[in-house]
Amino acid sequence: MATIFIDNAPYQVQDGQNLLSACLSLGFNIPYFCWHPAMHAVGACRMCAVKQFRDENDARGSIVMSCMTPAADGTRISIDDNDVREFRAGVIEFLMLNHPHDCPVCDEGGECHLQDMTVMSGHVYRRYRFKKRTYLNQNLGPFINHEMNRCIQCYRCVRFYRDYAGGRDFNVFGIHDRIYFGRCSDGTLENEFSGNLVEVCPTGVFTDKTLRKHYTRKWDMQTAPSICPHCGLGCNIIVGERYGSVRRILNRYNHEVNGYFLCDRGRFGYEFVNGDCRVRQPLVRHTSKSLDVSSLEPIEKKEVLQYLAKMMTSSERVIGLGSPRATLEANFSLRSLVGPENFYVGMSEPELKMVLQIIEILSNGPAYSPSLRDVEQCDAVLILGEDVTNIAPRLALSLRQSVRQKPMEIAERLKIPRWADAAVRQAVQSERGPLFILSPMATKLDDIATKTLLAPPDDIARLGFQIAHEINPEAQPVLDLSENLRELAVSIAAALKQASLPLVVSGTSCGSVPVINAAANVAWALCTQGKKTGLCYTVPECNSLGLGLMGGLNIRDCFEKIMTGSAGTLIILENDLYRRAEAQTIEAVLQKCKNVVVIDHILSRTAREADVVLPSGTFTETTGSLVNSEGRCQRQFRVIPPTGEVQEGHHWLLDIMTSIGRSDVNQISSLESVGELMAKEFPIFKPLVEIAPRADFREFGQKIPRQPHRYSGRTAMLADISVHEPKPPDDPESPLSFSMEGYQGIPPAPLIQRFWTPGWNSCQAVNKFQSEIDGPLVGGDPGRRLIGLLNGNELVFFSEIPQTYEPRDGEWLVVSISNIFGSEELSSLAPAISERVPEPYVGLNPEDANSLGKKDGEKLLLSINGISKSLPVRVITSLQPGIIALPIGLSGLEGIALPAWGKVLENRNG
Amino acid sequence: MERPLTKHITIGGDPLNLAEYEKVGGYEACRKSLRTLTPDNILQLVKDSNLRGRGGAGFPTGLKWSSMPSSQNSPRPRYLIADADEMEPGAFKDRILMEGNPHQLIEGLIICAYTVDTEIGYIFIRSEYTLAAERIRKAIGEAYEKGYLGFNIFGSGFNFELRLHVSSGRYICGEGTALANSIEGNRAVPRHKVPRQTESGLWGMPTLLNNVETLCNIPHIINNGSIWFKNLSKCKDGGTKIFGVSGKVKKPGAWELPMGTTIREILEEHAGGMLDGLKFRGTLPGGASTDFLVEQHLDVPMDYDSVQKAGSRFGTGTMIVLDDHTCPVGMVHNLESFFARESCGWCTPCREGLPWTAKVLKAIEDGKGEPGDIEILEFHIRALGPGRTFCALAPGAMEPLRSALKFFREDFDAHIKEKRCPWS
Repeated sequence: MATIFIDNAPYQVQDGQNLLSACLSLGFNIPYFCWHPAMHAVGACRMCAVKQFRDENDARGSIVMSCMTPAADGTRISIDDNDVREFRAGVIEFLMLNHPHDCPVCDEGGECHLQDMTVMSGHVYRRYRFKKRTYLNQNLGPFINHEMNRCIQCYRCVRFYRDYAGGRDFNVFGIHDRIYFGRCSDGTLENEFSGNLVEVCPTGVFTDKTLRKHYTRKWDMQTAPSICPHCGLGCNIIVGERYGSVRRILNRYNHEVNGYFLCDRGRFGYEFVNGDCRVRQPLVRHTSKSLDVSSLEPIEKKEVLQYLAKMMTSSERVIGLGSPRATLEANFSLRSLVGPENFYVGMSEPELKMVLQIIEILSNGPAYSPSLRDVEQCDAVLILGEDVTNIAPRLALSLRQSVRQKPMEIAERLKIPRWADAAVRQAVQSERGPLFILSPMATKLDDIATKTLLAPPDDIARLGFQIAHEINPEAQPVLDLSENLRELAVSIAAALKQASLPLVVSGTSCGSVPVINAAANVAWALCTQGKKTGLCYTVPECNSLGLGLMGGLNIRDCFEKIMTGSAGTLIILENDLYRRAEAQTIEAVLQKCKNVVVIDHILSRTAREADVVLPSGTFTETTGSLVNSEGRCQRQFRVIPPTGEVQEGHHWLLDIMTSIGRSDVNQISSLESVGELMAKEFPIFKPLVEIAPRADFREFGQKIPRQPHRYSGRTAMLADISVHEPKPPDDPESPLSFSMEGYQGIPPAPLIQRFWTPGWNSCQAVNKFQSEIDGPLVGGDPGRRLIGLLNGNELVFFSEIPQTYEPRDGEWLVVSISNIFGSEELSSLAPAISERVPEPYVGLNPEDANSLGKKDGEKLLLSINGISKSLPVRVITSLQPGIIALPIGLSGLEGIALPAWGKVLENRNG
Repeated sequence: MERPLTKHITIGGDPLNLAEYEKVGGYEACRKSLRTLTPDNILQLVKDSNLRGRGGAGFPTGLKWSSMPSSQNSPRPRYLIADADEMEPGAFKDRILMEGNPHQLIEGLIICAYTVDTEIGYIFIRSEYTLAAERIRKAIGEAYEKGYLGFNIFGSGFNFELRLHVSSGRYICGEGTALANSIEGNRAVPRHKVPRQTESGLWGMPTLLNNVETLCNIPHIINNGSIWFKNLSKCKDGGTKIFGVSGKVKKPGAWELPMGTTIREILEEHAGGMLDGLKFRGTLPGGASTDFLVEQHLDVPMDYDSVQKAGSRFGTGTMIVLDDHTCPVGMVHNLESFFARESCGWCTPCREGLPWTAKVLKAIEDGKGEPGDIEILEFHIRALGPGRTFCALAPGAMEPLRSALKFFREDFDAHIKEKRCPWS
């Protein structure tokens, strides 16, 4: 700790930080622009000036930038000194010379850091009487709007895009007072994290183009804390709503999870919620006997429940199929409805096998499951089989930071504090810590990798096993490994052993349990060497791990039971079977079932074939809990009150139970009772009821309002329907209210519905919610890790080593390839994202394409397990010969578990 | 009077080639240094000579050299840079040295590199200095051919590579850290001065940067000793200095004179005094980014401390003279337009304040000045002062403005009051 004096009063602050973050941590307001808690200080904007005094006798002092000055013991500063106030007001005056006076029509207005800092600085009257500078804007693609005239040249955008996120197609151009931030020419920003420019930019240069389509001011948006549903990482988000439609997603700071940043899939994927793909009322199949066609027709809620009651009571048995994209509560409610013996986890056999294996490894092994924050601290990384950027994008951004850890030695040797970002980067130059990537194809992190190896899954696993053996000889060696690969294993092992916080990343993308096991072997071998080792697995969906923890049988087991037993009712919860099983099989199963009920929010292919469809809520309409790939259980709160017939999945299940007169319905009548019941049945879910304040939580006797106190039009919004102001909808299941009335102060962290405090209208207000700058949220970060370390178990390395990949004559090893835009089910339905989704393709190595006589774009007829499909060829140079890559979510062959062996049906020579 | 720096320079003529340079004693200092002197010997000699940096700041050269970290366990390579990006309006002294005697600079660089143990050197030259660049390139070629650059120079085991880097042409590149960014291929914006370049400079490596004129002095100090060097000067700073004069004087030019020669002597004896019919009104003694000195300061000796005491800066020692028929507002406007154009755009006060200053000055000069304009200019002088901006460009730019308002305030007021330029 250091003691610093601010306007002559002593304060205790953490060592090693700069004055700006020290003062902000203490609650002082110092305006700033170029400094960012994650990107640190460069001293460009000169906004955070304070006056520094040599000692108590120094009355003159000198102006310094607080971001560039260490908060060393004994530092004396003044924030309020007249000179420095004049200077700070002057900086704003400078920034305002060319800034358009378009706040009333600016997208950023009302949540603009520049507005806030202008007010804070005290600058009021304009003295500049000359013409303003103007720029041409660029079309930056479907996500980001560009309005350069508003730019105040803080350089945050370019520092985020290039330095932090590794983007290349965006830069700063020009000189003197004609600085330009953009691309060389118009075009879509390619980086997967471009959306963060919206929050990084302190004013309205980069704004959310999707918000623009249905624009609403921040103060007019009803917001609630939520969890991103578009991958397994569980990034914390804030959903904004007005007039029943979702307007945008903002980052919700969680020190341990996503920090300040989201990926573009998470930020812009929300649009599907408002789209035509939704089911908004119950549907029932009507069959016209005369025409021999059937169609799904709308039906009243009351009627459909009666219909379902009849259906259920007349069925010999009811089978439930859960979903890794539905909440724990919805899955458990389904399980309660059908009984544990009839409940099936909605995952395919290989998928569930991998998820269960991951849970087993993380629960019983000595390696810890790192949060994204932990990942950023790691100083040597081995990735086995994952193209992280396309699978769990936000993790890739963290990995980009982890390769900066080891070279920090250079900065430390030169005594450069970490917050001096430019000096650190200049000293470190292009030095990077060890990052090894073993993958079937090139990945988006290859540019920062020490070494990459392109290999099919089994060979990735083999190299992993050998690396583990090189670290700890007790781990099984791979005896028939080539000399080259053995040497590579030795060098990777050496780099990992040298690290102080090594990390192994793997996951389900390879479809290979041996790869998962090999990753565990490496991490465990490092643990045996006394290293605190992180083991990070990606999982396919937002609740894959949660569903895995609940356990059960897979889809194939479910199908077998249906096909062998008597016909019954099948209830499918938020799950499109066609993404998980082969179409022919599904069709047979659905045929066999007497009744198929689908509860979902989108009209998936499965839903279209159901007898009854019940409209459930999307993540924006659902309160519930999810478990992310780290094993962290987090709560999401609905932001949209129930409208029409849409209701949360678990409410439909509750209604069904009520309608059939189940006596145990009270046990699951509320979210909390579901949680308690789950905790009883599965002790691992004990923390579930504690991850967020209970529904009866009140702050000074009040609920936490979803609407800001400035929310406008409350009495007018629905006046075209009725002039009587409706009563706000109840929300008995959460401490949040659908109202602007309630406690407007800082709520407990899991309930943070927006970042706002007086004077801080922009997302920069997050600093008032942190216990210290860049630290945990006040009261602790939301979420609880369910998977802990069980020490004391005897460590047994995996020893089943697969055979090396041998190309087969006339057959092709088909592996999956992921696309950040396109491979995930829900986000692909969002219009902005869909503009970025590539056309369907099949990936081929150039030699193979040549030998098949195929050029880019020419069709290839591929057959796997007897199912064939013609797809245009995309030549992918990084693929190994004999391997074909099939893009998840794009090929139409999702039901086939990969890797698999396939055939090319067309004549090789055309 | 001895003129070691320019003795072998013929203005308008060809420079000495390597053989000719050696015939007049060239590379003797280098040979002697590498063969018989230790780096510590040389460092002591440079320290004792009281040589101060000729780039503008006047930092003692020996002290700067000794701030290079010890060679042991040092990250490598270490770099030496000759700042030949002479872009200060009014300055053309380095040009004379480079066009006139490129081998002298190369010799200075080799000795310096040997002393501070750097293996790679750059001469970062202003883009408009095409003739100088051509001559240096030729000289570097000759030196390589003779083995004076490259491996095992003079059989001493010392290796030194020297490269010429021609700037793309920005004033800010003369700022040592922006220069390093520029060589690296980055935007030429200055870097924070902690850590110093000697710790983390070019490509993050220990880097020493010296002005061309500073380096050209080194061979002579080696050859003649520190006492001789100190005795060249009329003040406690050692050596001679190339002083330049531009403006409406009879003989604008540059002359190598003892350090501490008075302004009056330089102006009247060497520059021949003002053109007939014109009277001296003031001078920027050290180039465009220094404060005006006026009549009362004519007897100030041109050395770092005396000029500073008089209220200005010694800078590059190249004066720009203002006469009584030239509008001081116009002159300052001209300078501020230059600085506004050359701002790198990194920090707010410089990027936004300099163009505003230039626009206000233009308005005043055009007879469109308004009451309150002087306050706006004064606000800029405060807001663009030292510590407020990221580097020294804007504070330097404010120096002529500040002193013009001090000495020529009535001219500004007259412009605003009469709504025209009294000189037009």
